[in-house]
Amino acid sequence: MSEIENRGYVNPDVLVSTDWVASHLNDPKIRIVESNEDPLLYPSGHIPGAVEVDWTRDLNDPVRRDYLGKEGFQSLLRRIGVSKDTTVVFYGDKNNWWATYAYWVFQLFGHENAKIVDGGRIKWLNEGRPLTKDVPSYPASDYVASERDDKKFRAFRDQVLEHTNAKKPMIDVRSPAEYSGERLHMPDYPNEGALRGGHIPGAKSVPWAKAVNPEDGTFKTAEELRGLYETEAGLKPEDDVVVYCRIGERSSHTWFVLRNLLGYKQVRNYDGSWTEWGNLVGVPIER
Amino acid sequence: MAIPEKLTQTLDLLGSIADRSERIQLLIDLAGRFEEVPPRLAQRPYPETAQVPACESEAYIFPEPRPDGTLDFHFAVENPQGISAKAMAVILDDTLSGAPLEQVAEVPSDIVYDVFGRELSMGKSMGLMGMVGMVAKLAKKRVEGAEA
Repeated sequence: MSEIENRGYVNPDVLVSTDWVASHLNDPKIRIVESNEDPLLYPSGHIPGAVEVDWTRDLNDPVRRDYLGKEGFQSLLRRIGVSKDTTVVFYGDKNNWWATYAYWVFQLFGHENAKIVDGGRIKWLNEGRPLTKDVPSYPASDYVASERDDKKFRAFRDQVLEHTNAKKPMIDVRSPAEYSGERLHMPDYPNEGALRGGHIPGAKSVPWAKAVNPEDGTFKTAEELRGLYETEAGLKPEDDVVVYCRIGERSSHTWFVLRNLLGYKQVRNYDGSWTEWGNLVGVPIER
Repeated sequence: MAIPEKLTQTLDLLGSIADRSERIQLLIDLAGRFEEVPPRLAQRPYPETAQVPACESEAYIFPEPRPDGTLDFHFAVENPQGISAKAMAVILDDTLSGAPLEQVAEVPSDIVYDVFGRELSMGKSMGLMGMVGMVAKLAKKRVEGAEA
């Protein structure tokens, strides 16, 4: 049994180790994708053979506050040479927070053949593994995308209002200062993009990075994660959970943990998150 | 009030680069020149008062007065992958250290878009603007202190 399999996850095969990546660099059935918050990282050096999927340029609608549609996703996957049976393996900076964001968007289109590199970019670097600046080019695929399905993994404003009114569980994955609203009250601090600070009533605070080991960015064991989300935050695997942060980037990491590592069947990411809720007229806020 | 001439020149240079890859490579090269704040000025753990608000790369800024009354700006970036923050730090140090404080105080935060383009995530742009804003604020405080 591998070290990842020994951690007790419900779906251990959604994570791959850096060793596994190293031994699959030339596997034609694998497409390694780097997705970062920092746009300079991929060009500065990346895992050999990895392509870049940039959240801002590749996954977002340029006009509407929304993600790309079916045609855009199809073009993207054809461009990076991914077909339906290609396993897309995501990694990125800061404990894979943007890698899980990209992974989550791919799930909206039903591309389940996807994994995350445990430890992300920093682990690969710290292990002294090779980087290259060469940008690979793959033959375009004939990928046929499905329509984006927002029902399963995505929550919207009105659904969240209903959720909080029904006192259903929510996890706020931002920092304690953002959760309490203290952040917006500090003088001279740039506005976080919201007029009001605090959290959605009933949401429990579990900062997203608590799910990883700080020394190497790997995910904690299932037992440790249950301690966080169940013992401390009171979640149960059968719950209908909504997670959020500022724009859904950090909460997609928590979504990944709850859904894939702990096997929760009903987890949705509210990507409008605090940028929307903190500016929304008339909705309840707690501090 | 005009912004410092060196900053204008740098922004003009970046703006003249039409090819995105070329601009990115220039910024990566700039990040490679990053030097951390000298220990004589600050050592870890850095004070919270020096931390740039909203910067996920954990950037810190330390002003050092020059004999002529202007400021040198020194930086620390705790995120080892904070390459954009390092590039921004080098640009700010190169163009604003030693510049007239009244001009530094007027530098608008949205020069970040002139440097990096518009394709920045909200969090990244807020962190980088936080760096610019903090440098401007430090200059403004210095000016106000001198006038008091």
